[in-house]
Amino acid sequence: MITIKNLHASIGEKEILRGINLEVKAGEIHAIMGPNGSGKSTLSSVLAGREDYDVTAGEVIFNGKNLLELSTEDRAREGLFLAFQYPIEIPGVSNINFLRTALNEIRAYHKQEDISAKDFLAMVKEKQALVELDAKLTNRSVNEGFSGGEKKRNEIFQMAMLNPKLAILDETDSGLDIDALRIVANGVNKLKSKDNATILITHYQRLLDYIVPDFVHILYKGRIVKSGGKELALEMEAKGYDEIKKEFEIAD
Amino acid sequence: MSIKIDTKSAVTQTLLEQLQKHASKVEFMPNNEIVDAIRLLEDKGIPNNKHEDYKYCNIESVLRKEFKTVEQSFNELTHDDIAPLKLDEAINMVVVNGNYHLDLSEKMVVKRFNILPLNDLFPAEKNRIASLAKSKTDALIALNSAFTGNGFFLEIEKDAVLPMPIHIIYINSGKQNNVVNTRNFIHVRENAEVTIVESFYNLGTGKVFSNFVSEKLIDENAKLTCYTIQTENELTYSVNTNQVSVNKYANYTNTTLTLSGELVRNNHNVELVGENCEASLNGLFITNGNQLVDNHTLIDHQVPNCQSHELYKGIAKDKSTGVFNGKIFVRKDAQKTNAYQSSKNILLSDSATINTKPQLEIYADDVKCSHGTSTGKIDEDALYYLKARGIGDDNARKLLLQAFAQELINKLEIESLQERVLHLFEKAL
Ligand SMILES: Nc1ncnc2c1ncn2[C@@H]1O[C@H](COP(=O)(O)OP(=O)(O)OP(=O)(O)O)[C@@H](O)[C@H]1O
Ligand SMILES: [Mg+2]
Repeated sequence: MITIKNLHASIGEKEILRGINLEVKAGEIHAIMGPNGSGKSTLSSVLAGREDYDVTAGEVIFNGKNLLELSTEDRAREGLFLAFQYPIEIPGVSNINFLRTALNEIRAYHKQEDISAKDFLAMVKEKQALVELDAKLTNRSVNEGFSGGEKKRNEIFQMAMLNPKLAILDETDSGLDIDALRIVANGVNKLKSKDNATILITHYQRLLDYIVPDFVHILYKGRIVKSGGKELALEMEAKGYDEIKKEFEIAD
Repeated sequence: MSIKIDTKSAVTQTLLEQLQKHASKVEFMPNNEIVDAIRLLEDKGIPNNKHEDYKYCNIESVLRKEFKTVEQSFNELTHDDIAPLKLDEAINMVVVNGNYHLDLSEKMVVKRFNILPLNDLFPAEKNRIASLAKSKTDALIALNSAFTGNGFFLEIEKDAVLPMPIHIIYINSGKQNNVVNTRNFIHVRENAEVTIVESFYNLGTGKVFSNFVSEKLIDENAKLTCYTIQTENELTYSVNTNQVSVNKYANYTNTTLTLSGELVRNNHNVELVGENCEASLNGLFITNGNQLVDNHTLIDHQVPNCQSHELYKGIAKDKSTGVFNGKIFVRKDAQKTNAYQSSKNILLSDSATINTKPQLEIYADDVKCSHGTSTGKIDEDALYYLKARGIGDDNARKLLLQAFAQELINKLEIESLQERVLHLFEKAL
């Protein structure tokens, strides 16, 4: 699905990713954990195509294509989806109009016709139910005035609508109450198939009780310093990052 | 009357002499207004950029460069030309090259309003002409008063609430360089209510300098809602003056959408003369190429307890220039005034500029006045978010700009007009 090799990225003079290697296959769920500021969101932004970062070395192959050469929109059209850690509010653009435009542009990229109004509405209804998103929210402007939890749920709703091959969820669990966490996790599990893959970025083992990862990676100072199975998350939760920090102390 | 012209400005001199050759006979303009007009033009000439109010809008230079000779020759228009410009929900009236055109206008299906060519007015009506827009105050009003065509006088009778809007279609159809002075007077009588759409088109093949003056008198407790839709082509240089007087408990709203035109200067002058009245001025402009759109608003709070609101939004592309100059004048007696002004702009290129200047002159002490202006670029975070969902750059920008403009487009409470404007807006992007 995606192969990341020796990825380096900086912002201005500051190198944030210092050689990331990661392979995710179809059907897999990977969790990425790590202390604040270690570069988890940077990794997801670089993969999604945010222009603020300079990729200084490395390559990323996504479904046989050189991901780093694609525009942000083409990455999405190829099936990459990033659930933002901090979703953006866009006053004046309705959620519905936004999603229909996105869906149709993705379809057009794959030489498919626009979705009919009827099918679209049926799909909205179905996916809304999946993440138990209040129907009123879909008619409002994108994320405008949404609570923190509503924004996160809206990200998963969009994911359900766009049906990506690879979804990267950047701390989608933070800010969710227990019920919402269960609903979101449930949504992710239902959307999971042998043809798609998920990368979960999280600080909490709690989420991994609901969505069981095949692999867990620890990102520290721009590198994946440790990988393992789901037990690694439990270990980190119990011990904290102190040991890792000591072991992998690198000069900035 | 015959006038001897002797101005200090060569440009003005040439223009006036040429206009005089072609001047049509008008019966309604008071003589003293014409005398004042010529005097002002002789003394001051047509304004150039040294004139504070025309700093960004050098009318003299436009006339010198583009209108050296004035031909005043026009193409005939037929019903077929007008048909696509009409609004189904409205009564459509047509003014061609400054003259109210009875044949092309629809017959009245609604009672209690009267529309007449200015030349056919009775003395009581004639008295009102130039009672609001005075030659002495501005060179372009003066030019209009001296050389106006035969526009219309529209009166909404006392207590009449018109069930449908009136759409006035102003069309220029010049073959060669023309200067068109269009004039009207709209009087909304006590307790009456009406919505008036004023659309401006240039169907001609030549350049036109269009100098429009509208006087709007709103009596006690009456309500006038105006939509000004400017969609003239790149051959058009226009100055549009709305001189409005709002009486006790009355309400005036104007929403101006400027979607094209090489040079567009708008003067919205509103006098609040009766207590407890209210005025709203809204505008949306989008400029591209080398276009200039210069909006000047003046709200003159003369009496206590009145409210005014202003919301202007601009989008500038390429090397174009936009201006919003909003003056709020609160006189000594105008206590308890509530005035609010906001101007928001987006620049889409590094060579585009939008100049905003709020001017608050407050001489009363118990007032609430506020203003805010912001000019920025398109929101990059929002753009990225849209793209991250698969929306291409073009569409993403369109969505964001449309979202920015929607607040103003929504103010047009006529569905087909909204659709028309939205379409023109997308075309302009
Ligand atoms: N636009 C930016 N300008 C400057 N520094 C940045 C920028 N974006 C990220 N950084 C820095 O890069 C480092 C990694 O940030 P990133 O957001 O990727 O961390 P994270 O692992 O997602 O942290 P968290 O767990 O708090 O979400 C931080 O030190 C951060 O300050
Ligand atoms: Mg982060």
